[in-house]
Amino acid sequence: MTSIGTGYDLSNSVFSPDGRNFQVEYAVKAVENGGTCIGIRTKHGVVLACEKIISSKLLKPGCNKRISTIDRNAGIVTSGLLPDGRHLTTRGRDEASSWRQTYKAPIPMSALASRLGGYVQAYTLYSSVRPFGVTAILGGWDSEAELGVDGQVGNGPAAGAGGKVDDSSTKRGGPGLYMIEPSGLYWGYYGAATGKGRQAAKGELEKLDLAAPNCSLTLKDAVLEAARIIYVAHEDSKDKEFELEMTWISALDGPTKGRHEPVPKELLEEAEKHAKKSLEPEDEDEDEDEDDMEE
Amino acid sequence: MNHYPQAWGRPRDDVYGAYDHSYLQSAQPKTHTQSPAVTGTSVLGVKFKDGVVIAADNLASYGSLARFTDVKRIRTFPPNTVVGFGGDVSDMQYLDRLLQSLDIRENYLSSTDHVLNAKNLHTYLSKIMYRRRSDFNPLWNMLLVAGLDDEDKPFLASADLLGTTFSSPTLATGFGAHLAQPLLRRLMPNDEASVKDVTQEQAINAVKECMKVLFYRDARSMDKYSIAVITKDGVDLKEDEKLENQSWAFADQIRGYGTQVN
Repeated sequence: MTSIGTGYDLSNSVFSPDGRNFQVEYAVKAVENGGTCIGIRTKHGVVLACEKIISSKLLKPGCNKRISTIDRNAGIVTSGLLPDGRHLTTRGRDEASSWRQTYKAPIPMSALASRLGGYVQAYTLYSSVRPFGVTAILGGWDSEAELGVDGQVGNGPAAGAGGKVDDSSTKRGGPGLYMIEPSGLYWGYYGAATGKGRQAAKGELEKLDLAAPNCSLTLKDAVLEAARIIYVAHEDSKDKEFELEMTWISALDGPTKGRHEPVPKELLEEAEKHAKKSLEPEDEDEDEDEDDMEE
Repeated sequence: MNHYPQAWGRPRDDVYGAYDHSYLQSAQPKTHTQSPAVTGTSVLGVKFKDGVVIAADNLASYGSLARFTDVKRIRTFPPNTVVGFGGDVSDMQYLDRLLQSLDIRENYLSSTDHVLNAKNLHTYLSKIMYRRRSDFNPLWNMLLVAGLDDEDKPFLASADLLGTTFSSPTLATGFGAHLAQPLLRRLMPNDEASVKDVTQEQAINAVKECMKVLFYRDARSMDKYSIAVITKDGVDLKEDEKLENQSWAFADQIRGYGTQVN
């Protein structure tokens, strides 16, 4: 930050003369020191990955998960102040379940991002609260199947009065990846990164060319890439130990059947081994790295 | 002037007489559902050596009218439990949504080493049923919960609208309790001890046979049904089965059946 607040940074609901809300910018600072979190969106699903820094050797490995489930089809990972992230997660779950109460259907990812974005933004408006010290990455899959309402018991007549209209040509559902910043700003992404190693991670994500319509990355590739990117991004803070945490959501015909689940242990171990291997050469060669992927 | 604030703005008693509180009071006490509306009939369940078979037809009746003919009364609960619902269909939908939200909340923990099995779910559902009957507002259902218990052994138990629970190697609700249960018990001459001798195929055949008998004799039943087989490997649910090899020869002898009224 170039200038200091000079009095305009003490309260939330006060702009500085040049139109900045310093409290929000300080919240962004809090995120910049958090563990790296990334999300990758492919045609086949979404992968969330998180570099969980081990703050004490006395913590039980594999516990205190950082990536949470919001609804069957949606997950969230936050970087920054952990308790703030917890609170945002709880709010996301409440939003998802109240959506189900109202509409008897799962919440679409876009709506979830909008609700949470609005919630985070509200914390930038009042002097009595401070903004969220987290950036959240939301990943999910909106079902591509024609969904009935929750608890629906039948489909009604197949033809005739009240019968079904063939709408097999209608395209619905698909992957969703959103990132919500402390200001409440949220965008949809092909690949999202936040936390300490975000610059390195963003660089790596851009190389994957996720936006290309012919991007051939499979969900499993995305898992391997996500693990590698977390390891690459960790290079800067090598002195600290970390645990890799990953979850994924696939299409209904994919490995998770549209549900948000932890990546299976075997695949996680494979991805970690692969990630470590790709870091081994001193000046790693990109081509060689590509070859590794295809094995 | 009346100096009591509670009397301000009200009609004066000395002019209009004391307020008659009997107005705006319903003569009847508060009531809850006294009878189900749209109902499903029997559900059958049979244990076999590695799992459980459960079946129910696809009909929801409105009184004696066969109102809905593609109603799925066999519901699954991840990872490995099946609940079969007899009785009121809207109460079944309520319970189904309740189970869905339970499943979502269970997954918040994102731990794979703890899951709700059929036994846990049966306990939960029976408590819900008992709670609601104690509120004098019962969920008008008869449930069969089928799956595996915490030792991966076959589990089959029922809960009804009073919260009564019952467990047996073969179970049937509604009309099936009278018509199918005696037939199913032939499979299990020694009750629980016989389960280990019953194969999956035997159990499925017995259930299919009973579904047929129920279709012959239960006027609220239908020839399309759903059947689920639960084993360690998962749930195999088929929702659009049709009764096969029906024989109505027996009906010939019965007076007052079908077209022969007298």
